[in-house]
Amino acid sequence: MEIAMSIVIGIVFSVAVYMLLSRNIIRVVLGTLILSHGNHLLLITMSGLQRGAPPLLNFNEESYTDPLPQALVLTAIVIAFGVTAFLIVLVYRMYKEHELDDLEDLRGSIDE
Amino acid sequence: MSNLIFMPIIVPFFIGALLMLFAKRHRLQRIISGAASIVVLAISIYLAAAAFQNGVITAEAGDWAAPFGIVLVADSFATLMVLLSSILSVACLFFAFTTISPEREKSYFYPFYLFLMVGVNGAFLTGDIFNLFVFFEVLLLASYGLIVHGGTKYQLRESFKYIVINVFSSALFIVAIAWIYSVTGTLNMAQISERVAAMDQTGAINIIAVMFFIVFALKGGLFPLYFWLPNSYWGPPAAIAALFGGLLTKVGIYAIIRMFTLIFYHEPLFTHKGLITVIAGLTMLFGVLGAVSQFDFKRILSYHIISQVGYMVMGLGIFTPLAVAGAIFYIAHHMVVKTGLFLFAGAAEKITGTSDIKQMGGLFKTHPALAWMFFITAISLAGIPPLSGFFSKFPIILSGFQEGQHIISAVALLVGLLTLISMMKIFGYAFWGEQKHGEAAAKLSIGKMLLPAAPLVVLTIVMGIVAEPVFNYSLQIAEQIMDPSIYIESVLKE
Repeated sequence: MEIAMSIVIGIVFSVAVYMLLSRNIIRVVLGTLILSHGNHLLLITMSGLQRGAPPLLNFNEESYTDPLPQALVLTAIVIAFGVTAFLIVLVYRMYKEHELDDLEDLRGSIDE
Repeated sequence: MSNLIFMPIIVPFFIGALLMLFAKRHRLQRIISGAASIVVLAISIYLAAAAFQNGVITAEAGDWAAPFGIVLVADSFATLMVLLSSILSVACLFFAFTTISPEREKSYFYPFYLFLMVGVNGAFLTGDIFNLFVFFEVLLLASYGLIVHGGTKYQLRESFKYIVINVFSSALFIVAIAWIYSVTGTLNMAQISERVAAMDQTGAINIIAVMFFIVFALKGGLFPLYFWLPNSYWGPPAAIAALFGGLLTKVGIYAIIRMFTLIFYHEPLFTHKGLITVIAGLTMLFGVLGAVSQFDFKRILSYHIISQVGYMVMGLGIFTPLAVAGAIFYIAHHMVVKTGLFLFAGAAEKITGTSDIKQMGGLFKTHPALAWMFFITAISLAGIPPLSGFFSKFPIILSGFQEGQHIISAVALLVGLLTLISMMKIFGYAFWGEQKHGEAAAKLSIGKMLLPAAPLVVLTIVMGIVAEPVFNYSLQIAEQIMDPSIYIESVLKE
């Protein structure tokens, strides 16, 4: 299961990097979004997808599922949400000011 | 006593949240944020003194015992960094009072500023690697807000690139955390260190080490990942640029030093003497070459950040107590001096209306105080003897020769020379020569602007003249961080 997940994560990461390398600013923002999804999947997968009992006392089970990664992923999701919201607003303002959505045109000259 | 460690994080957090309620009343905001930053400075002085006398202080959040809960660790290194960041925050905040326009003040400048300090102080003090990531995000989100603050066309364009690059490096940070968690099964930095020591640093662990190095190199502006730095630090107002130039890259450097002394110290031949030293040399060289080729006041200073970050990492790469002590001394020196220089660049820009040094001139005649203060900090940056720059570079380069790392030491000496050349270039163009600004600008009084920067100039002189106690303090810190068992024992209480 972990191997299959790893392959999926690899695909998600390569899609994200492809999007990040494109010239359109909206595609770049979507690239960061997909990148964060890949991250969260990785965080869950790396700690092992165990199917033990829930980590509660009095279950008398042999193995328990690790609860920590879920807390970490929750935190990471919230952070990614905040950053993405900020980035979308910034891109909107940038588009309003420059009226350009192509990063090649947003290079800027050396002597400004 | 140990609860005091939370204060450098909590005080700016609550004051920043409070100030959001009074967004339109900028005078009130100035008073409260100024008072808060001075309180944090006082606490951080006390913490640094306490950590110096009593050794490592730890605090467990919510009384969860160490490997399970989040732990804050105030050893001498962390408290020194908190102290330095508090000094810079006070200086830049008081500089902002006289230079930031009221429109900017009214759009949440001070809350952003204080939240930045929350993230910075938290990143220095935390002893949990995921918590480190969270505090990095706090400081980055605040820095996104500050770097685009005012929303000029230039700022919007360059901030977008700054943010995308940082989002990408944060993504790599999570990847590295996920990997280290899968290998060691813990997030507590002391326990990670123990487990890495128990399982030999080979294969996967080396890859994780390099991954962490890439993440923090992106944040710290190391070769070849520094390309975002000069453009994005050019846009924001001088007070913000000064704070970023002095502080933000050093958080990345702090994290590198922490990681590679506490956790990944078992294979110094590969990580320290191989990877880090080579990167340090290239960073120094390319940074200073960028500075020499530029004719813009702020861009020259930005490229110098890059070259000097190289010195700090070089100290770590040589990895003897003397070299690491030099690196720590250099961080202290650099943070003080670089912030001062950015503030002077802001003052010079206020007078002449430009940051292009070819269009400046004659500032020495009209504003001698600014010229002298700039001169002292500039030669301190270049490493002229009675000032702090010399005494911090000296141990790094000396230990480089002692350890037989001749190439990097020669590079460091060459870079020092080129630093002097580019500083003299600024001085020659902007301060000497024909007066190019008008009479009204010549009469502009900048005393109020120089006052917040004056303590920084005094600090660089004092750190140079009484270098011995400062150096002994850094040496003590270096010996403490190079012996990870001190950190581990005080966190896990074994």
